[in-house]
Amino acid sequence: MKRVALLGMPNTGKSTLFNRLTGAHAKVGNWPGLTVELLSAKLLVGDQMVQLVDLPGIYDMHGFSDDEKVVTTFLTTQTTDLLVVLLNTSQLDRQLNFVHEVMQQDIPVLLVMNMVDEAQKLGIHVDAKGLAEQLGVPVCLLSAKYGQGMEQLLPAMRQVLTTPSSSHASTLDASHVEKAFGQCISVPSQASHALTDSLDRVLLHPWFGLPIFFAVMLLVFQGVFAIGKPLQDATAWLLTEGRTVLLEPLMATWPTVVQGLLLDGLYNGLSTVASFVPLIVLFFVFMGIVEDTGYLSRAAYLMDALMSRFGLDGRSFVMLLMGFGCNVPALMGTRVIRSKGLRYLTMLVIPFSLCSARMQVFVFFIAALFTATQAPWVLLSLYVMSLLMAMLTSVLFKNRYVNNDAFILEMPPYRFPTLRQIVLRGWQEVRHFLHRASRFIVIGVLLVWVLTNFPIGVSAGSIDSWAGQMGQFMAPVLSPLGISAELTIALIFGFVAKEIVIGSLAVIYGQEGQMLVDTITNHINWMQAYSFMLFVLIYTPCVSTIATIRNETKSLWFTSLSVVWPLCVAWCVSFIFYETATYFVRA
Amino acid sequence: MPKSSQLNSNAATLRTLEGLHVGESARIVALNVEADLSKRFSALGLRPGNWVRVLRSASLGGPMHLRIGTTELILRRHEARSIALAP
Repeated sequence: MKRVALLGMPNTGKSTLFNRLTGAHAKVGNWPGLTVELLSAKLLVGDQMVQLVDLPGIYDMHGFSDDEKVVTTFLTTQTTDLLVVLLNTSQLDRQLNFVHEVMQQDIPVLLVMNMVDEAQKLGIHVDAKGLAEQLGVPVCLLSAKYGQGMEQLLPAMRQVLTTPSSSHASTLDASHVEKAFGQCISVPSQASHALTDSLDRVLLHPWFGLPIFFAVMLLVFQGVFAIGKPLQDATAWLLTEGRTVLLEPLMATWPTVVQGLLLDGLYNGLSTVASFVPLIVLFFVFMGIVEDTGYLSRAAYLMDALMSRFGLDGRSFVMLLMGFGCNVPALMGTRVIRSKGLRYLTMLVIPFSLCSARMQVFVFFIAALFTATQAPWVLLSLYVMSLLMAMLTSVLFKNRYVNNDAFILEMPPYRFPTLRQIVLRGWQEVRHFLHRASRFIVIGVLLVWVLTNFPIGVSAGSIDSWAGQMGQFMAPVLSPLGISAELTIALIFGFVAKEIVIGSLAVIYGQEGQMLVDTITNHINWMQAYSFMLFVLIYTPCVSTIATIRNETKSLWFTSLSVVWPLCVAWCVSFIFYETATYFVRA
Repeated sequence: MPKSSQLNSNAATLRTLEGLHVGESARIVALNVEADLSKRFSALGLRPGNWVRVLRSASLGGPMHLRIGTTELILRRHEARSIALAP
């Protein structure tokens, strides 16, 4: 099968084009000799199936950054039959050197001039045919986001793939490339995005910029809950009905152990977790919209001065924000940071970001133990705590992991996300959840059921069960924090993934839905609940996070630090909170 | 354009992007950074010969918001210091 690689500078719309070409069928895979995973998908070009690979965005072909090494290693070790090179049509002047470098590789090249919609708005005119003639490579003018001009791409790819040729390295020198672009592209002397200019005047205002930013983030979180909570309640109700109306009559004649395992173990656990899926998908969609508009680069601009005092920079802050969705992609996103010190420091603080999996634990406990008016403030306090812990860690470790990288970042114009992008992102989140569900959550909840129901003869979740014994064993460490034996078991399983925490409580108490909420309300008070939430917030997010840190750093020492440090902080913070709170309540 | 009165004869040769005020434009003449960083600056449009304009500056000593041609960037003042401008 022939192989086609997508190449381009960062922010040229590579992933948008990749998604446009392949739909949502991409797979993440390992490549020999590469330390990172790359997205690839099969694509029908004419009558032949080819493999399309999405390479990381790079600024030049001879650089030394990790991403640049990935691209050069890929191109030297994997036979590539076509390089599809993406350019941002509205910023061609600074990409010419890159085009020249790529054309000197011994691989056929197809130039894709993307974002033609923005270029047109700026009054930029491109003579694609003339450019193709002068450079000797095919040129497609298109907008991957809106689909404009996409129909030329596959035929152009087919043309190159079916034309045999012995040598592909271009003999044109850099000045020829520059001349060709100069002749075929006209840029008006005053070109800027009017809407972006006026929006930035407000959103990047020296005094109002930051307050507006925090208001926007607050609005996002409020929006997620205003829409998500009723959806979550509806899903939970539906799943409970499914059990009583469908499954229980169906399994009535089955052996009790099988019934227990399937209904109290698997179904209760999974359905409790699944009821949170609408909330999480919504959260990612909202964060995705903020990201797609280009507002996150503005957040980096606004926060950089503050972050530099903590040894971090504006990009670290954006990664922390991304971590509110899921820590794993945020950790991988730190690859854009070239200073090892800054990258490690950022990776050390990202796991404190209150990710969506932890959010579901908090939503559950807050609903059970706090009133509706208190609820948003309790959740906000946890978000504030999340940032405080990140900053505290950063201050303590900034002299060990020193930042020596330059801070330079592109500011894209504001863009409207398309419905297509939003739907695709939501769907990818559902898929991601199902993937995790199949791996960790099913095994997790089944294991919890076994531990709480064995040895044979014990009453489920009692002190005599295996889980009860584990809880007993940990009691001296966790009871000063107000964390009971049942919650301890949930914490132990939460080490694997936070999605399991609520699922395992459902299994431990043998209940789901409103019944589970009522039981928890009767068993613990608000101080115990808040102490538990603090612990869940701060200690290790999940096994995937640890695996990602290990993968990205290849350092056992750093990975251990990123497990042990948060665990110590979690214990101290919960201890201080619980002992102080109980002291004042008693007084 | 900055008024020439703002620059004495000594500072004229040392004029850097850091000293450029909001709303002003100037031509870049040299990048006093390592080769690797110089490549990245060039790829983002910061290279000798190009005109750069300061759109705004973040408060508390935060980064500068720049425009070069149709590209907009943010850059810390520390890095802006290593970009030499034509007098």
